[in-house]
Amino acid sequence: MYEFKYHRPGTVRQAANLLVKNEDAKVIAGGHTLIPVMKQRLASPPHLVDLSHIEGLNTIEMKGRSLVIGATAKHAEVATSAIVGETIPALANLAGGIGDPAVRHKGTIGGSLANNDPTADYPAAVLALGATIVTNKRRLKAEEFFQGLFTTALEADEIITKVMFPLPKKAAYIKFRNQASRYALVGVFVARRPSDVRVAVTGAGSEGVFRVTAFEEALKKRFASKALEGISVPAEGLNSDIHGSAEYRAHLIGVLTRRAVDAANAKE
Amino acid sequence: MAKISLIVNGNPVTANVDPRTLLVQFLRENLRLTGTHVGCDTSQCGACVVHLDGKAVKSCTTLAVMADGHEVKTIEGLAADGAPLHPMQEAFREHHGLQCGFCTPGMIMTAIDIVHRKGHEVDDHTIREELEGNLCRCTGYQNIVASISAGAKAMAKSDLA
Repeated sequence: MYEFKYHRPGTVRQAANLLVKNEDAKVIAGGHTLIPVMKQRLASPPHLVDLSHIEGLNTIEMKGRSLVIGATAKHAEVATSAIVGETIPALANLAGGIGDPAVRHKGTIGGSLANNDPTADYPAAVLALGATIVTNKRRLKAEEFFQGLFTTALEADEIITKVMFPLPKKAAYIKFRNQASRYALVGVFVARRPSDVRVAVTGAGSEGVFRVTAFEEALKKRFASKALEGISVPAEGLNSDIHGSAEYRAHLIGVLTRRAVDAANAKE
Repeated sequence: MAKISLIVNGNPVTANVDPRTLLVQFLRENLRLTGTHVGCDTSQCGACVVHLDGKAVKSCTTLAVMADGHEVKTIEGLAADGAPLHPMQEAFREHHGLQCGFCTPGMIMTAIDIVHRKGHEVDDHTIREELEGNLCRCTGYQNIVASISAGAKAMAKSDLA
């Protein structure tokens, strides 16, 4: 790891000022993506701004009709939160399946979203549930936030402060893990929302998380796995590597979506 | 350099560290607490698991500066020198939960964390799932699971948390 200066601001405003003042500074919270990348010397930020000591940034609460999760809420906190369990159990399940217990004690929702790893779990939930990402500057819809491989709409001095999830009628997340890394080879989040159905896929797309509109339309007419019979996902644009071909991933998307729909229906 | 103050195994520690120092490096090289191991160095194997404010974390993926103001417990902090072993350590000894022993400190710190979160009556399936982030390359886990199951029960009767 290369040298850097470490900053520990007490407020989001201070953190943002540090980002403005120090070019190429990076934000750290749980560090479970950034530290490994720095150890490999794939990243060498001259300044680290640690958000983990900012009070009130990890709050989980209901506000109006939305579940609001603070940016530094850890995966373990989301997984075991009674509020999340009652309002969007699929989200609690998803958080409880990220990495391993020790990773879940450190990794944060804000970090996962800001990194936008193409195999991360949270982006699928945010896109399928139609969540809004709130930063120190503005509110971003999930569709505008994710902009491709490890790329988001965040500006250099912009910090995610919370994520607002409108409550779905039903939802479920199913992932098929890579047997070695345990990351999602493919993960599908299905959400039946009051006005529509959304299907978001992680792990498979070469540009990161994406929606499958053909599935969404069929499921809007009838929210049952049978409604997907005869509809397939094209392999074009999907990842092909030693872990699985694009065709294999396309097939998995169909299988996992059907399982997710069944799981969402079973929760009644 | 950054000045850090933390509690390690109940003792206050103050030090000046380069911010890029990993917690595991700080524990092993500055404090000479070499029970915490570096295995994969990529947050997968769990040989470096310690408790940070009572929760299992991977000290190879935590900066020492991030532990400033916090409390760290390592395998050395489970039982005093010469005193009887912690019930989880004793269970690993009794049930042959180790062969080469390299993964054992991390296994035991994770095991105690499992008991803290899941209680004293934890079934084998849960133990296996909870061990997702701890790799052993000798025993094949059978006796590790047996050790944790027995250690969890024994912890209910012990003063050592």
